[in-house]
Amino acid sequence: MERSGSGTSGGQGARPAAHELARYEALFAARTRGMKSSAMREMMALTERPEVISLAGGLPDTSTFPAELYAGLMADVARESTARALQYGPTEGMAATVRCIVEVMAAEGTTADPSEVIVTTGGQQVLDLVCKTLIDPGDVIVAEAPTYPGAVPTFSAYQAQVEQIEIDADGMPIDALEETLDRLHGEGRRPKFIYTIPNFQNPGGVTMSLPRRRRLIEVARERELLILEDNPYGLLRYEGEPLPTLHTLDAEAAGRGGASDLVIYVGTFSKILAPGLRLGWAVAPRPVLEKLNIGKQGSDLCSSPVTQLFVAAYFEHGAEHGMGWRGYVERLCDLYRARRDVMLDALEHHLGGSASWTRPEGGLFIWATLDERIDTTDLLALARDSRGVAFVPGRAAYMDGRSGHSSMRLNFAGIPEPRIREGIRRIGGAIDEQLRLLGSLTGSAPPRSSRPSAPPAEQGEEPPLADVLELPRRDGAAASRRRQDR
Amino acid sequence: MSGPLRVAVLQGGRSLERAVSLRSGAQVRDGLGRLGHTPIPIDAGEDLVGQLIAAEPDLAFIAVHGRHGEDGTIQEVLEALRMPYTGSAPAACVRATDKILAKHLMRAAGIPTPSFFALHDTVVKELGGAGALPSVEHQLGFPMVVKPAHGGSALGVKFARQDSELPAAMVGAFSYDVRILLERHISGRDLAVSVIEGEGPEALPVVEAVPREEAFYDYESRYGIGMTTFVCPAELSAETTARAQQLALEVYALLGCHGFARVDLMLEQDSEELWVLETNVVPGLTETSLLPQAADAAGIGFDELLERILASALSRR
Repeated sequence: MERSGSGTSGGQGARPAAHELARYEALFAARTRGMKSSAMREMMALTERPEVISLAGGLPDTSTFPAELYAGLMADVARESTARALQYGPTEGMAATVRCIVEVMAAEGTTADPSEVIVTTGGQQVLDLVCKTLIDPGDVIVAEAPTYPGAVPTFSAYQAQVEQIEIDADGMPIDALEETLDRLHGEGRRPKFIYTIPNFQNPGGVTMSLPRRRRLIEVARERELLILEDNPYGLLRYEGEPLPTLHTLDAEAAGRGGASDLVIYVGTFSKILAPGLRLGWAVAPRPVLEKLNIGKQGSDLCSSPVTQLFVAAYFEHGAEHGMGWRGYVERLCDLYRARRDVMLDALEHHLGGSASWTRPEGGLFIWATLDERIDTTDLLALARDSRGVAFVPGRAAYMDGRSGHSSMRLNFAGIPEPRIREGIRRIGGAIDEQLRLLGSLTGSAPPRSSRPSAPPAEQGEEPPLADVLELPRRDGAAASRRRQDR
Repeated sequence: MSGPLRVAVLQGGRSLERAVSLRSGAQVRDGLGRLGHTPIPIDAGEDLVGQLIAAEPDLAFIAVHGRHGEDGTIQEVLEALRMPYTGSAPAACVRATDKILAKHLMRAAGIPTPSFFALHDTVVKELGGAGALPSVEHQLGFPMVVKPAHGGSALGVKFARQDSELPAAMVGAFSYDVRILLERHISGRDLAVSVIEGEGPEALPVVEAVPREEAFYDYESRYGIGMTTFVCPAELSAETTARAQQLALEVYALLGCHGFARVDLMLEQDSEELWVLETNVVPGLTETSLLPQAADAAGIGFDELLERILASALSRR
């Protein structure tokens, strides 16, 4: 109790004390050696302070969901489905929830056979179950570089050897993938699956182009390789034309009226509705699905019927209350699009000469890359302590914990616009400080010291956070609504 | 030993070593409980002083590593409150945790410590300090170790293998402190000698830290389980062991430490020379930490170690 008492260190308080670890060390499985806590994560834990503007989280904004609707639907579920909501459910998920999933996928133009769907406890569980089902220690997974930081501990826990393919503005370059596959083949190693986030990649923010999607499917089919398509953000598109999912392309390539046989598709309600529901899903070829089902039985028997019924009720009745699920996603898109634009604008303003960054057409994240001599793990220490801002250092997205050292992931979705601006201004200040120092040390002229955009505040005191928070919002109505909903 | 005590266990804090500190604190609380004392955990956060006053402890056990816990800050507060506390007094804390000051003192006292130069960031920013680098490089050679002046963890500690790597290494270290240290790299074996008090200061058996992974042990391997293997007592000649222990006692006295401390040394590969790197006045007290291991090797269990630390705190004049 005392260790979580401060309220600012929840992550720390939940950790086992070292003496407990030591006492049990001899009992730990070999695979736990790979499950290490990192300095980077220690540092991240220290960012959970109110005065720190955190652009580090992976959070969507849940403050805009109408409170009355949430309360009403939950009450309906409680009243009308008492016994079912309180009971275990089927491992594969409730039929009504699966219908919602099919509907969500159809909204992206993907046809899912309800019998190939399994409802999971968040998309994260799919990653775990797929590894549990497919990965023996030492097996190869091919992933993007950078890759989803949350996949790193999962892959490590199953002792996978992960080969990362550096992505560019169009996602994973398939020729580089083929080179890697050839090399692996030469070494007698065959990847168990290729892990990709084709839409608005986490953390890269980029989207795999259509030609590359087609080529990836060709390569997978030629070589009989499974693809793990993680698509949490596909519907959060703020501009541009939606692209077909890999699942769809594979089904087309397979012919026979449309069953993908090489793609394991991962979806989630976390980003289009709410992560607190802990509901995601997989669509997988039936033999794989059966193993995932058995794996899930061993993990948690079933995902929560309470939240599954809530989702079903929401999909059925949300529109009657003026907030159908698609309308809500549109609202989120409007909110996030504006926040993305604010962040891009702030980046241009404050990091203009010192960094490059991706310009995502959707999703939650921007990936910024600095001068290679700046290590963003160190920068985080400086930025957090002296400027009160946090981000995810690039190393977190690499299995070796070393690559990506001069990049950072920035979340633009989870916090209001004035905080985004202020956060980026603070990061820019910290980068400027490091670049000036580097310039002095290398004798090169400080690259940006004369830049007019550096406001005087950079030199002296930060404006009090209260002022920042009280800045007028562009969307006053939305702001007051948000406050009420809290 | 006196009867049951109310012991405020100060832990956590906001340094990068917060997590280690929480583990040390948990370990200490367990031990105090076994000894019949009443541990009162206090997170060294915003309301530290208020909580301390409200707790009315017989003494405070400082298990906060790094900033505030080790640099004399909390000790000064406890002095002001006239509350007994474990470990070294403010002056020793300042001398030990400022690696630059400690190295100057050691050098002046003839205690071997690797050659070094210190730099303040204003020297670099405003006084053209970069101009001195070629001379520094010439004198220290490569690889060079770059460290923030403060900080007990390996965060911010960088290696520069060649001159082109030095600026980035320095900027990295400056992220944690306005003053940094450029130090000659000693390649060899990592040793640690802990000193505790009985009749007087006693050096415990030498511990060797053997990194399991290649290269320098970083923050993770230093505090994680299974990343570094500790050998205690270290397999050293009797002479080297005695010399290491003697050096530790000399440094302990030089800095004016009290209660307990841990002195880190290097045994240089070819020359077999011993070099003192730094002294930790609030060394880790987790079960994988070096001090408890060394005490154990000397037949002093964790609980007895705690009793000794408490006794030294109460006997401080």
